[in-house]
Amino acid sequence: MRVLKEIFLGNEAVARGAYEAGVKVVSSYPGTPSTEITQAVSSYDRVYCEWSSNEKVGMEVAIGASLAGARAMTCMKHVGLNVAADPLFTVSYTGVSGGLVIVVADDPGMHSSQNEQDSRNYARGAKLPMLEPADSQECLDFTRMAYDISEKYDTPVMIRLSTRVSHSRTLTEIHEPMEQKLIPYVKNMQKNVMMPAMAVKRHVVVESRQKQIAADSSDGILENAYRVEEGSKDIGIITSGIAWQYVKEAMPDASVFKLGMVWPLPLDAIRKFAATVKRLIIVEELDPIIETELKAAGIKCEGKELFTLQGEYTPAMIREALSDNKNPLSAFDKSALPLAPGRPPVMCAGCPHKGLFMALSRLKAVVTGDIGCYTLGALSPTNAMDVCVCMGASVGMAHGIDKATDSEMSEKTVAVIGDSTFLHTGINGLINSVYNGSRSTVIILDNSITGMTGHQQNPATGRNIRLEPAPAVDLEALCRSVGVQSVYTVDPADTDASRKTISKAMKEPHVTVIIARRPCALIPTGRGTPEQVVTLDRDKCTRCGACLRIMCPALTKGEDGYPQIDPVTCNGCNLCVRVCPFDALIPGKEEV
Amino acid sequence: MSDSFNIVLAGVGGQGTLLAGKLFGLVAARLGLDVKVSEVHGMAQRGGSVITYVRIGKRVFSPVIEPGAADFIIAFEELEAMRWAHLLRRGGTLLINTRRTIPMPVALGQAEYPDNIIESILALADGGTSVHAFDAQRLAEEAGSVKAVNFVMTGALSRFIKIDKQIFMDSIQELFSGKKAGLAAMNQHAFELGSAIIEAK
Repeated sequence: MRVLKEIFLGNEAVARGAYEAGVKVVSSYPGTPSTEITQAVSSYDRVYCEWSSNEKVGMEVAIGASLAGARAMTCMKHVGLNVAADPLFTVSYTGVSGGLVIVVADDPGMHSSQNEQDSRNYARGAKLPMLEPADSQECLDFTRMAYDISEKYDTPVMIRLSTRVSHSRTLTEIHEPMEQKLIPYVKNMQKNVMMPAMAVKRHVVVESRQKQIAADSSDGILENAYRVEEGSKDIGIITSGIAWQYVKEAMPDASVFKLGMVWPLPLDAIRKFAATVKRLIIVEELDPIIETELKAAGIKCEGKELFTLQGEYTPAMIREALSDNKNPLSAFDKSALPLAPGRPPVMCAGCPHKGLFMALSRLKAVVTGDIGCYTLGALSPTNAMDVCVCMGASVGMAHGIDKATDSEMSEKTVAVIGDSTFLHTGINGLINSVYNGSRSTVIILDNSITGMTGHQQNPATGRNIRLEPAPAVDLEALCRSVGVQSVYTVDPADTDASRKTISKAMKEPHVTVIIARRPCALIPTGRGTPEQVVTLDRDKCTRCGACLRIMCPALTKGEDGYPQIDPVTCNGCNLCVRVCPFDALIPGKEEV
Repeated sequence: MSDSFNIVLAGVGGQGTLLAGKLFGLVAARLGLDVKVSEVHGMAQRGGSVITYVRIGKRVFSPVIEPGAADFIIAFEELEAMRWAHLLRRGGTLLINTRRTIPMPVALGQAEYPDNIIESILALADGGTSVHAFDAQRLAEEAGSVKAVNFVMTGALSRFIKIDKQIFMDSIQELFSGKKAGLAAMNQHAFELGSAIIEAK
């Protein structure tokens, strides 16, 4: 039989692995670097998949699917697992019927995240087996294997990815998908209803299950749980995932103990390996999980005294710490080259958030922020954000500010939150604010898409993951129904009107919501038309630079000082037309 | 030249470095070699500096190319050439599209776009290093779309790499199969123009 190979992203390989294992239900909330997994699943017609409203809901849907006897999966980024932590810790007690796989993608180096927590802590905390693939092939193989482990040991299985594994394409051998029949449903309250009397007994099961898995891993009963790569006995390295790739690059001669299952650890096998090498080194990005366990077990090793707790590792880092091996020689001395000015990400041409943040900037508002493209409003030139913590936090923080200052700050404080983020966890905060008599103001930036993660649908967009029509949440009606007395709708491209409405709303003595509605400029409904593209009247332009300060990527300063408009990039939002004091920028035929 | 290549694609979000990376993946598969293509997602659509690593060889481990380990750098923009030039190994090849994309801090007057980038790079390049700068955007427009800069640059690279041109052509065809099949010929043309510009120099 011909071996079929695809060049898969790690994420696409996880999706393929689940498909091959006969997964029936996949429910996730998007989050970089995990998003493409569920996106890729949606290309397999026979799998039910959805964008859930948040990670906790996504996990609960998968738990229900498993209980009903199907193989299920939920995927999220590392901070999403915080949201889903509540069901995680208790589904460990109930176990599964159909195999249940929980995929979490960490982001060492914070390419696109607000922190760099290490999800292995959750596997340890929830006492769940966790696999960590090092490339796309392992992503596929380990995902298939995870279902077998899940059903064999009656446990959810976690898979930990990291940005470099999720977002690297490597050759991946694929197979035919398996047929999986539903496991017949059996009511079992002792196992599935976690009240104290039942849970006490289940905790005993969890502890013995973990011991059994660790023993089976050590004994080689669990395929791929670890692999010993024989080499020089001077140094033995224990590592896993992407760090293993860096180790192989930097230390080709060392003995390596590669973990495929990073929790629970095969301590007996590790002890045997440790006895064969002079120095035992742990190479693990982020937290010293393996190191701490080994030291607690009395196995002598070195780890974080040699390597950092922060960011991504590199082969050079490992080479320098452990060997006399030389780093490659560069053609250019970096310090001799002139420093390249930074290229920070900016709001796109025509981005509807831009006008809103111009308005907030002019109001000098205190802005509690949230997670999405609009977090870029914190950057120059608007600088219009005071705090950003996690999904949904803006609403509660604005309420807290109101209560702490006896409403003194409320006339100039607003929360900003996107449509998807609002429905993720912002709505809970809003209910709380209304209930507790807040006088805070919330702006919902409704761009009709989940933008930052690459344009996923959400409950307010009217489409599901497969772009089929779906019911759309009426945001105005939703806010009114939880008791918000004043709900306004504005067009954020109309900066002046938006500013006036925000100013008015902030003075009202109760919770107010402003829905700033305009579709993202990168989706079909938000894209400008050639008729709306802006041109410059050089006779009127005084080169004052007001238009350049909106930081539109389509507008740059020409060598003669006049603004240059890139007609390819210009989206026709006409924000620049509105900020020009001299009417020198001419909108297209159709006024917006 | 052995059968292992490390290629860095350095550009700005939206310039198509991801697609060029994917093309090299297909090329490697046709050669029966191992390959890793490491992408940066998330900020890529938002005008940020974007780098894609391609590693092809008998067995490839790290998906990231270390400083001094790149055989080739394809810089889609002058400033990005300067930002990533230190990744090039001694004796490597640096290809630069001379069209500038102005970063926001420069547009706002908070930073200067350095003058004479190509000259600075040429002055610092040691003996065996080769640097080729040309206007790839003009060639892309000639081929039919400014978006074909990535294939112009790949065509230029093909002059330095010991891979049969037909493999690239077939891989472009494969990349644009299905709904986008109409784009294959235009991008193959862009590839040819990029290849020819090196010949002409």
